Amino acid sequence: MKELSLHLLDIVKNSTAAGASLVRVELTEAEDHTLTVVIADNGRGMSPEMLAAVSDPFTTTRTTRKVGLGIPLYRLAAEQTGGSVTLESTEGVGTTVTAVFHLDHLDCAPLGDLPGTAALLIQGSPQIDFRFSHATPRGSYVLDTQEMREMLGPEVPLDAPEVFAWVTEYLAEQEAGI
Amino acid sequence: MKSLEELKAIREQMKKQLDVRDQSDSNIRVAVGMATCGIAAGAKPVLAAFVSEVDKRNLRGISVTQTGCIGVCRLEPIVEVYVPGQEKVTYVKVKPEMVPTIVADHLVNHQVVTRYTIGAAEQEENA
Repeated sequence: MKELSLHLLDIVKNSTAAGASLVRVELTEAEDHTLTVVIADNGRGMSPEMLAAVSDPFTTTRTTRKVGLGIPLYRLAAEQTGGSVTLESTEGVGTTVTAVFHLDHLDCAPLGDLPGTAALLIQGSPQIDFRFSHATPRGSYVLDTQEMREMLGPEVPLDAPEVFAWVTEYLAEQEAGI
Repeated sequence: MKSLEELKAIREQMKKQLDVRDQSDSNIRVAVGMATCGIAAGAKPVLAAFVSEVDKRNLRGISVTQTGCIGVCRLEPIVEVYVPGQEKVTYVKVKPEMVPTIVADHLVNHQVVTRYTIGAAEQEENA
């Protein structure tokens, strides 16, 4: 993965696969050049055994093969900057994945295309709600699909190409502003 | 600046099109492999290119969806095209610049772009 936003795209898929109806994706950049990424869902959660095993590349729920690299690659990306990945999960309640990256570390991948990533997450799971937020010392923004649904009404699904184009452009403007 | 209010305009605009959309019976489905393997191989810009192209050409009856690992990770990014009544077509090692051709030739004109398919890739490997 060449960009942190590609990891986001990958890790958030775990939340949608876990049957979540709401996923919060919060990026917070601090003055000390750390980036904290919280991905919190209300999906089915994991047992303590599964939670302990998910960072092992030979643990996966997929059936096509015996390796699963999502969390291990994410952990590698964070740890190689001196950061960390912490997982908290309760069965029936949800899972929260918190990653800390040191943005000023030489081995920190660029954040990449956040607007496109958020737009594709919404497009890929139009039935669930997302709340994206990005805060930096210069400013912050929030995009909540529940607010989008109020504007769009019941007729327009969140995976309509017109909505995808709007999300991409809207977030690009918001990103440019912070 | 763009605002949430603009979504209301999209809603109005789409209401007008809804009748037309309901009558289209083609329902072609494009599935882009977006598991870890697909994303790492560059599936994100490919998926974005499909959605944008469908929007740009204002195509109806085509849904672009995301799917998991298709099982041939070395050939990612992989795109599967389902046209009702026809065999599924699998495109492999797809790049964003290939997308307009696949949309125009296959999705619109129903001509499979054979050179981008898994069959062509395997022949090349065996040659």
